[in-house]
Amino acid sequence: MSRIGVFICHCGENIAGTVDPAKVAETAAKMPGVVYAVDYKYMCSDPGQNLIKDAIKEKKLTGVVVAACSPRMHEPTFRAASAEAGLNPFLCEMANIREHCSWVHEKTDATTEKAIELVRIMVEKVKRNRPLYPIKVPVTKTALVLGAGVAGIQAALDIANAGHKVALVEREPSIGGHMAQLSETFPTLDCSQCILTPRMVEVARHPNITLYTYSELESVEGFIGNFKVKIRKKARGIDETLCTGCGICSQKCPRKKIPSEFEAGLGLRPAIYVPFPQAVPNKPVIDRKNCTYYLKGKCRVCEKFCEKKAIRFDQKDEIIELDVGAIVAATGYDIKGTDFFPEYGYGKYPDVITGLQFERLASASGPTLGAIKRPSDGKEPETIVFIACAGSRDPAKGIPYCSKICCMYTAKHAMLYKHKVHRGKAYVFYMDIRAGGKMYEEFVRRAIEEDGVVYIRGRVSRIYEEDGKLVVKGADTLLGGEPIEIKADMVVLATAMVANKDAEELAQKLRVSYDPYHFLSEAHPKLRPVETNTAGIFVAGAVQAPKDIPEAVAQASAAAAKVAALFSSSELSREPVIAVVNRLPPPEYSTCTGCFLCEKACPYQAIEREEIRDKKGNLIKTVARINPGLCQGCGTCVALCRVKAIDLEGFTNEQVFAEVCSLG
Amino acid sequence: MAEDHHPRPLREMLAERIVLLTQESVAKCYQCGKCSAGCPLADEMDYPPSQVLRMIQLGLPELDERALKSLSIWLCLACETCVTRCPQEVDLPKIMDFLRQESLRRGLAHPEAKNIISFHKAFLDSLKYTGKLYELGLIADYKARNPRSALQDVLTAPKLFFRGKLNPIPHLVKGRKEIAKIFERAAKKESKK
Amino acid sequence: MKLGYYPGCSLKGSAREFDESILALAGRLDLHLEEVPDWNCCGSTAAHNLNHLLSLALPARVLALAERANLNEILVPCSACYNRLATAAYELGQDDALRAEVSGIIDMEYKGTAKVLNIIEALNKVFAEAGEIKIAKPFNHKVACYYGCLMVRPPKVVKFDRPEEPESMDELIKKIGGEPVTWAFKTECCGAGLSVSRTDLVCKLSGKIIENAVKAGADALVVACPMCHANLDMRRPDIEKFMGKKYPIPALYITQAIGLALGLDEKELGLHRHLVPVILPERAQPAGPEKAAQEKPAAGAEE
Repeated sequence: MSRIGVFICHCGENIAGTVDPAKVAETAAKMPGVVYAVDYKYMCSDPGQNLIKDAIKEKKLTGVVVAACSPRMHEPTFRAASAEAGLNPFLCEMANIREHCSWVHEKTDATTEKAIELVRIMVEKVKRNRPLYPIKVPVTKTALVLGAGVAGIQAALDIANAGHKVALVEREPSIGGHMAQLSETFPTLDCSQCILTPRMVEVARHPNITLYTYSELESVEGFIGNFKVKIRKKARGIDETLCTGCGICSQKCPRKKIPSEFEAGLGLRPAIYVPFPQAVPNKPVIDRKNCTYYLKGKCRVCEKFCEKKAIRFDQKDEIIELDVGAIVAATGYDIKGTDFFPEYGYGKYPDVITGLQFERLASASGPTLGAIKRPSDGKEPETIVFIACAGSRDPAKGIPYCSKICCMYTAKHAMLYKHKVHRGKAYVFYMDIRAGGKMYEEFVRRAIEEDGVVYIRGRVSRIYEEDGKLVVKGADTLLGGEPIEIKADMVVLATAMVANKDAEELAQKLRVSYDPYHFLSEAHPKLRPVETNTAGIFVAGAVQAPKDIPEAVAQASAAAAKVAALFSSSELSREPVIAVVNRLPPPEYSTCTGCFLCEKACPYQAIEREEIRDKKGNLIKTVARINPGLCQGCGTCVALCRVKAIDLEGFTNEQVFAEVCSLG
Repeated sequence: MAEDHHPRPLREMLAERIVLLTQESVAKCYQCGKCSAGCPLADEMDYPPSQVLRMIQLGLPELDERALKSLSIWLCLACETCVTRCPQEVDLPKIMDFLRQESLRRGLAHPEAKNIISFHKAFLDSLKYTGKLYELGLIADYKARNPRSALQDVLTAPKLFFRGKLNPIPHLVKGRKEIAKIFERAAKKESKK
Repeated sequence: MKLGYYPGCSLKGSAREFDESILALAGRLDLHLEEVPDWNCCGSTAAHNLNHLLSLALPARVLALAERANLNEILVPCSACYNRLATAAYELGQDDALRAEVSGIIDMEYKGTAKVLNIIEALNKVFAEAGEIKIAKPFNHKVACYYGCLMVRPPKVVKFDRPEEPESMDELIKKIGGEPVTWAFKTECCGAGLSVSRTDLVCKLSGKIIENAVKAGADALVVACPMCHANLDMRRPDIEKFMGKKYPIPALYITQAIGLALGLDEKELGLHRHLVPVILPERAQPAGPEKAAQEKPAAGAEE
């Protein structure tokens, strides 16, 4: 028999100011199944909670309804109180008579009537509630971090320092990402590699981190705490255990004129190469697309000169299988090239370069050893025009968003140029200055006030070449839209930050949502910035949205904290509000007909196929089974199932129909 | 500045009329200046194109008037460079067409634009009754409306004539009565705007 | 091959040689051009400046006449006419209410089935079908291909080539043995309809075009629009006065250049009608890419 206790909260004047709590309690006491009804000023307070606990024990309650605020506020509070008093927490429900009633109506009899109805339907539901128990899922305490740029490195270090194992996977031959390509970073003008390389070395030496470079994610299966991943370790063509990184192979390689990816196309590298001197690991890789041996079967000079006999031309890709409990996606970004701009020459002018290319020019380890020189003729430019918002904030070009970092790095570039070429003229064409970070505004003002960079508010319509100069046709809107033409020696386009070309593929492998620009989606833009809607998969860095280094690092540490929390117990406890496909004794086994429409519809891929076999192992039928570790309790499959073989624990069909039918 | 204590009826604002009659919204323009930067005649205009749009964005009567009185709208060549490069895809040529027509409707055309406007009018007048352009007629009409241009191209004309490029007699479209009706109907509808 | 033909007012008047060269080429290339019966003026710049509905109605009548005559593809050589007809087709295609209104004004049914082709599109179509073209006299000259505004802009309406640095005319010049130069003013406006009312501005804009073409080492400017031709040819004396310099570089229509390459007569092609004499320097060796590498490049203009 049901013995329901009803507790009406005044919530100060929030509820009592519009609803008559005493009347609600009085009416509730007479509802069938209710043995106790009381009202109190603040149910969530300690005395309020004690009221509930005492009532449960004394009145031997089989269910509790707390009529108060939204369950989103205090359901955990009251459920915890119930549990402490020995009542299964899922036998405690809340009727929302605040957000759904007192806060949206005037003080009338009708409002109190509505509150009474809200209580009534919850009483009818609770009478049909069953005790539910949290679902336990084991956790593998190894994390997979995809991408070893600054975000991936930070996340890996934080997780490793928390005492857990990390598999750090990086696509390029070396870790470091784009940050390794930068010269100095804003707002401090710290040398980028100087602050990054110590972290890179730490990652390589950390006992908890296994580094897989020149490797990519092949596939992911499983669920939170229990992922099975396959990593493709691409063939470097060398035996890493033997190679000492002496560099003779790169020196002797006859194919030296391959555009270097690390130098953003401004420098050259050989076919067997280490991307940059501080690379981690400092081991070369053979570029099979450009190596004479792979193209024509000849050469093998590197093999001849290698003292350790470490060259392995016939090395194959290796698939490595790992069990991990959490995945952090930190695969970073790409930028648009100069060929993206028809009005700026379709990329054909060598002296029109991207911001990343300028970084390589300015970098002490770059192709010009830090001197600013024109790619076309190697001369020092006397006038440089920097164009902000090149491609960003441009719906016509398909990129309506702001790339966030360009205002800052453009100011930085202009400053670096002025520091290196004192009599040089630097112009920046901008639309707005977005300098919201700490010390950012001051940094930009320094460029304008101390380094003499001229800022012109207006966009550039066209660039063309004439008499060896680049004619830049812009406008100054602060002068009323007056056309401003500048004859420059070099133009640096702050091109839009975009997702990697294979970001979509990665998102689909991870089963993580992504936006129309292929940035991975966070679970909630404000309150859950490093989680995704796929449990156990987190994001850090520019893979989620354009951002600068401080933000990427902060996000990486945040993701690491989430992983550490996940790993803090050997079992994961999940809310048992999940869908269940019914199971019956033989010969039915289940009313599920095996149509698997639910499997296709489930947004969380939580539905599996279970084969029911007899003792001899013959297949009787294949029915749907919902993975309790993955199910989020959305109810899509419950609504969809044509034979109603699926029900939702905690919101069963019976409970919900009872609520509806109890309304007058 | 604006002694406008009363909220202006929405339909009077130029920006609203533009939305109504061209389906273009001046609010889309974020004043980046790319149009002015690429406009071939921006430096000859009293107000470069982005500034003309700015005037309309504010929704103030005296600025609306300033836009309609500008020489810019008449110098605009409709070369379509601005809309091709505009990041917000604002159809500035369409808005310019509207501003020209509105400027004439309200009798606000810039005095220096007189000869440009009379050339357009002479062109259309030459079509109205023949259906095809009669170049000699157009020039004659233009010179009549702009006496100062009487001697213009006086030396070029014979050169063209002797090269067979000037038809002394107009070509007549058989359906010219229909053409005249088209002009009539179109004029009537425009006047209602 | 048969195509509808809408010459427009200037081709039957001051741009007569464009019409002549097209008809001469058509004869040689087995192209039958059927004029849109009783066509009227498209309204050009004047109509869209002064009356929106008129600017749609006049071209709509032309398109409706073409449809009536079962001419599904119409060659419209004048870029302004091409642009006006394409704009009318585009706007009426997007807005049913507008289409109904304009049909009422022209008192004709307009279905929207007729497609307009500019001269380059038409030439490419003809050449594609013809297969091998016999070049009698290679057009062995350096050419600055000038596209102007209305053939390539706005891209949403004309959907032809690319609005920045188009290549279609350059390809045709290469086909007839010419060398298109790299230059920066391919699509900069010549001054358009202000030729009579603000000749000074036309001198300024067209002057810049001619200056840049000459700097790029071109022997000739090749155009595909009668308005551009008028500004670059007829207005030459005014331009020379304005710029304070003489410019002997001739301006040819693309059809005249092709006609010369196919061995047609100069008179047939109307070259004698130009104000700037069409004198093209004979080159000792064929002007090709190898030659260009040997020759001293014109300052800054070549890659």
